[in-house]
Amino acid sequence: MNLNWYLVVSALVFCIGAGGVLTRRNPLVVLLCLELMLNAANIALIAFARMWGNVDGQIFAIIVMVVAACEVCIGLGLVVAIYRRRLPIDVDELRELQG
Amino acid sequence: MTEVLFFIAAIGAIAGAVGVVSLQNPFYSVLALVFHLLSLAALFLLLQAQFVAAAQVVVYAGAVMVLYVFVVAYVGAAEAAHFKAPVGGGQRTLAIAFALALFVELCIAILGSGLDALGTNGPNIAFGFGGPEQLGQALLTKFLVAFELASYLLLIAAVGAVVLARRRGGIHDEEETRVSAMAFLRPPGVGTMAEAVEGRTGTPEHRELGPPAGTGEPVR
Repeated sequence: MNLNWYLVVSALVFCIGAGGVLTRRNPLVVLLCLELMLNAANIALIAFARMWGNVDGQIFAIIVMVVAACEVCIGLGLVVAIYRRRLPIDVDELRELQG
Repeated sequence: MTEVLFFIAAIGAIAGAVGVVSLQNPFYSVLALVFHLLSLAALFLLLQAQFVAAAQVVVYAGAVMVLYVFVVAYVGAAEAAHFKAPVGGGQRTLAIAFALALFVELCIAILGSGLDALGTNGPNIAFGFGGPEQLGQALLTKFLVAFELASYLLLIAAVGAVVLARRRGGIHDEEETRVSAMAFLRPPGVGTMAEAVEGRTGTPEHRELGPPAGTGEPVR
């Protein structure tokens, strides 16, 4: 399979994720869309690793997975903390840090 | 054969991604993401990244998604009705236009890049490429610093999540009662050493019993 195709899939998934981050208001779904974008980057990294015949790109992908796991961990902790404080779980209404 | 597998996995991945974005119930979004991740693991296998594919299935689709499912079950159901409409029309149109423009730009960047190898299947590689042996060797020699930093990052994230999600004073409900294990292990009046020293004090059950006979007020 041409490596171009993998990169096109990666670009498509990344754009779907970016659109989701911009359109959804539930922070849980926003986090899921961020995961989509990170995974799109992973496909591209692994396709490049295949292109070079070298495992360095796969190491990058594993580190990206570690960072994504940390991000999920902290993000879900924040969502639980918001829920505990009885605040609205809506990224449009949580605007205390804005300006 | 590879082509068929690629198209099945790619369509699965894209369908999963669309499902994550478009489904209204966050629980179904999480399930769509699990499907997306499994399809991606198939794509990784086609790119001969066996270890990353296995880690994707075990760590991502397994562990991380279980965390998601728990949090959605904890938070989500009551809030689901609140999110019937994602965002208003103008912002939605702008977001979709932005995503399309980004896709076109990325495609131009991919197809217009000068990398000749992108139009091929990639070089012939030895058997065992992308297995745990090669990856482990690279992680512990060439990328040792990144490996150690990743472990610190995981530790910090774990501690941070516990600190963020713990119960603080002042958030619990007034009617929420605290029950300690000792109240079951040592019901009032069983003659523990604490009772011998302090009289019948301490737990609410003790106070309901009133002062011990012949001693007036209990010692607080």
